Amino acid sequence: MNKQLTNSNPVSTEPGLVERLRTGDRFAFSELVDLYSTRLYHLALKMLTNPQDAEDVLQETFLKAFRYIGGFDGRSSLSTWLYRIATNEALMLLRRKHPDFVSLDEPAQGEEEDSAPLQIVDWCCIPEHELANSEVRRELDRAVQQLPTTLRVVFVLRDLENLSTLETAEVLNLSETAVKTRLSRARLRLREELSGYFADWMEKKSYGNTTHG
Amino acid sequence: MEIQHTGNCHHLLGALSDYLDGELESQVCAELETHLAGCEKCRVVVDTLRRTVSLYQVVEPDEALPVGVRERLLHSLQLDEFIK
Repeated sequence: MNKQLTNSNPVSTEPGLVERLRTGDRFAFSELVDLYSTRLYHLALKMLTNPQDAEDVLQETFLKAFRYIGGFDGRSSLSTWLYRIATNEALMLLRRKHPDFVSLDEPAQGEEEDSAPLQIVDWCCIPEHELANSEVRRELDRAVQQLPTTLRVVFVLRDLENLSTLETAEVLNLSETAVKTRLSRARLRLREELSGYFADWMEKKSYGNTTHG
Repeated sequence: MEIQHTGNCHHLLGALSDYLDGELESQVCAELETHLAGCEKCRVVVDTLRRTVSLYQVVEPDEALPVGVRERLLHSLQLDEFIK
């Protein structure tokens, strides 16, 4: 189950695909769509939440990929290149919709975490089968949407899309250290959110003692 | 980084994510584990942090692309012959 703790990228690009794309091979274009559209759609959906926005980002990503494949220099993988286009499209859409959007170049929000109170609730005892339901899924999604964009994009790429630290750094044009710092803040914030939720959940279901620290 | 048992463990938080990913340097990792052995609160934080990360993998389904989305995508790319 713990697949997120490995950094491997599940899709490896077929050898020769880039060359076929460059020659305008329509079968290669459809292969690219089938290889990456699901993951890029999920990335956009987690960033934007609105399915129509996610679909717009998906279409724009492939239109740009087809248009600019001649300029793909192979310094990063095709997968990373596509993620970069999709992430930039999603961030641009967020900027258009939210004037208060924070640039990725600015320091990540969250410095206050050092002094924030910690939820000390051990909810690890809840069996997995009790958590596989739509209510918990909604809570997980809600918690991700609570993250500032600077942290959310790193969490989505690293822990939901399983990109490595290096790949995430390449997609976002950040240092690996910045990716790790933001991932750490994102995970800690999510832990706080979920601990509050599961404390109430355990109380309702009369699990053992819970303590708020 | 020196890890001390001070009763206020907030200064450890920044190391926990790297710890879960196995990316802490070995000396710091050993110090953290020594601390965890004697600090119940930090153990709960580490365990729930690990569960938080794993929950997103376990509970979040790997859903297929909705059929309509794929069709409209292929149409927008003028690849209609691959719609099936």
